[in-house]
Amino acid sequence: MSNERELTMAKAIAEAISQEMERDQHVFVMGEDVGVYGGIFGATQGLLSKFGPERIMDTPISETAFIGAATGAAAEGMRPIVELMFVDFFGVCMDQIYNHLAKNTYMSGGNLHLPVVLTTAIGGGYGDAAQHSQCLYSVFAHTPGLKIVVPSTAYDAKGLMIEAIRDDNPVMYFFHKGLMGLGWMRYPERSVNVVPERSYTIPFGKADVKRPGTDITIVCLAMMVHCALDAAEKLSKEGIEAEVIDLRTLVPLDREAVIASIKKTHKLLVVDEDYLGFGLSGEIAAIAADEAFEYLDAPVKRLAVPNVPIPYSQPLEQFVIPSVEAIAEAARSLAR
Amino acid sequence: MAPSTEQLLEMDRQAWTIRLFEEALAQVYMEGKSPAFDIGSGTIPGEMHLSAGQEPVAVGTCAHLGQEDTVVGTHRAHHFAIAKGVDLKEMAAEIFGKETGLGKGKGGHMHLFDPKRKFSCSGIVGASFPVACGAALAAKKKEKDWVAVAFAGEGAANEGSFHESLNLAALWKLPVIFIIEDNAWAISVAKSKSTAIPYNSQRAVAYGIPGVRVEKNDFLSVYDAAGEAIARARHGEGPTLIEVKTDRYFGHFIGDPELYRPKDEVKSLKAADPIGQFEQTIIAKGLVSRAQLDKERETAVKAVDEAIEFARKSPYPKSEEALEHVFA
Ligand SMILES: Cc1ncc(C[n+]2csc(CCOP(=O)(O)OP(=O)(O)O)c2C)c(N)n1
Repeated sequence: MSNERELTMAKAIAEAISQEMERDQHVFVMGEDVGVYGGIFGATQGLLSKFGPERIMDTPISETAFIGAATGAAAEGMRPIVELMFVDFFGVCMDQIYNHLAKNTYMSGGNLHLPVVLTTAIGGGYGDAAQHSQCLYSVFAHTPGLKIVVPSTAYDAKGLMIEAIRDDNPVMYFFHKGLMGLGWMRYPERSVNVVPERSYTIPFGKADVKRPGTDITIVCLAMMVHCALDAAEKLSKEGIEAEVIDLRTLVPLDREAVIASIKKTHKLLVVDEDYLGFGLSGEIAAIAADEAFEYLDAPVKRLAVPNVPIPYSQPLEQFVIPSVEAIAEAARSLAR
Repeated sequence: MAPSTEQLLEMDRQAWTIRLFEEALAQVYMEGKSPAFDIGSGTIPGEMHLSAGQEPVAVGTCAHLGQEDTVVGTHRAHHFAIAKGVDLKEMAAEIFGKETGLGKGKGGHMHLFDPKRKFSCSGIVGASFPVACGAALAAKKKEKDWVAVAFAGEGAANEGSFHESLNLAALWKLPVIFIIEDNAWAISVAKSKSTAIPYNSQRAVAYGIPGVRVEKNDFLSVYDAAGEAIARARHGEGPTLIEVKTDRYFGHFIGDPELYRPKDEVKSLKAADPIGQFEQTIIAKGLVSRAQLDKERETAVKAVDEAIEFARKSPYPKSEEALEHVFA
């Protein structure tokens, strides 16, 4: 059945971009290796042959120039999608992102609209070490003015991408390498799911309960959703029913979904593949403390990368990135 | 100044060490990655950028450098490290993620640090230029005649860091040499599709420093051009920009489908392999004998075998060590 076809996350993203490019002539793509290569992680696969090099533009390795150019083109009414190959490379172009793309709307008193989608790859676990394995979405969520999208399945990826392209604000769209369904990197089967061929949107700021449960709430996103779901299956056999909440977007953040789940389970575990300090897990814990304190039966638990760069060697890397077993153990200790 | 016989033999040994090391890694890298290729599995997980075919740039330049000179490399840096004299065993062990590695398994293939040999590299494109400027600045402040060399690919010359560093180095007359390896490709993007002028050496004009293009992937041509630039830097005459034409034999990384590259490109490049040509030339000139070169090659074979063996046998670091060394 054609409406039951399954896609990988990479294909779902490329399809979303393709449909929006057909719908709106102002949409175009810039980035390193987005053309013939189809994006190192496949997010623009097949687009060059469909739309040609005028709309699918390979760039020089000049991130400040082409990401800044996205801001400039958007101010002129274009709707650029621009790819920063790995989020780790933000250092070479952060000024254009942080001080311009994020702030120009505000500084213009709302007179300037910047409909830019900045796509970028995140995540580790495959031995790529400290400069190619980070998540860093919290860094960008920290500055006002950027919407932050982090999908975990193909279905979500397509709807969120179309929503991102149609949004009149800068949207940073983070795709986890290990969820793209690449032929050369292991991925959870669950990330591949049924994606309608028709165009559809998923609104920002709506978390998704990926698994309902009654005993403990696990808040997470991207790869950690799949690790938490695996952990939840184990826990279920032990009589612990975990509710897994996929935030899907950080800005805007679905506080209500987090609070509603805490009211139900009275226990909160936040799992994050980003650094522990000053990030997502602290933010969610603060929301719980501010708005759901009286519903909590235990202190909030946080599991994240323990404030060290991602190490190269496998035993080290596996030690710092939250694993299914570590999540299950944290949940167990909390549920007891 | 032409290289001495001893230097020629050392260059030959280094060239073979690089070539054989990269070929050995290409094999080891595939261990545990079949039947299904998974980048995160096997003896060596992660990306693997190899430098086979690009030996002349590293070897021809480093022949002029001593222990006190600094080299800063890129994501594709094994050849620079070997030519700078980084210990092959410790380097192999690092690439295998072992406790005995240069960085105790923390850095890995793109992040090799050997402060003793004054070698470092980075996985961020364009990161070598400013760091080399800093080493050169330190040499100047210490009133030493040390130099620093920044290597980078032709793709990296489009980063802001390249232009900022050239200006800074020219302004302060730093003893630094910028060497661009033009292997024609930045992943899938051809130089002609990314760079507004044919030669990066032309960009030197903008900063008032010498710019040299070496048109052949040839050890002796690089040796000459680098020698002149390094001598200038040592004598306080400031930086030079050199671009060398060179050839990438492997994909951008192992596993690269290379759909962007003409099918027979590598085959035709290999027909003019720089190591073979180098050996022919120096034998023809009567500078060395075939037997001497064969001996160097044997030494290289042995060194590579031993390094891989050492890396294999070395233990992994303990998990908890992940928490150490964030700060000094
Ligand atoms: C700042 C930054 N942007 C992009 C990348 C991704 N990347 C890694 S290597 C590479 C191509 C580099 O080409 P070149 O400088 O010519 O070196 P080569 O790989 O050919 O040796 C790119 C785009 C990166 N590592 N860092």
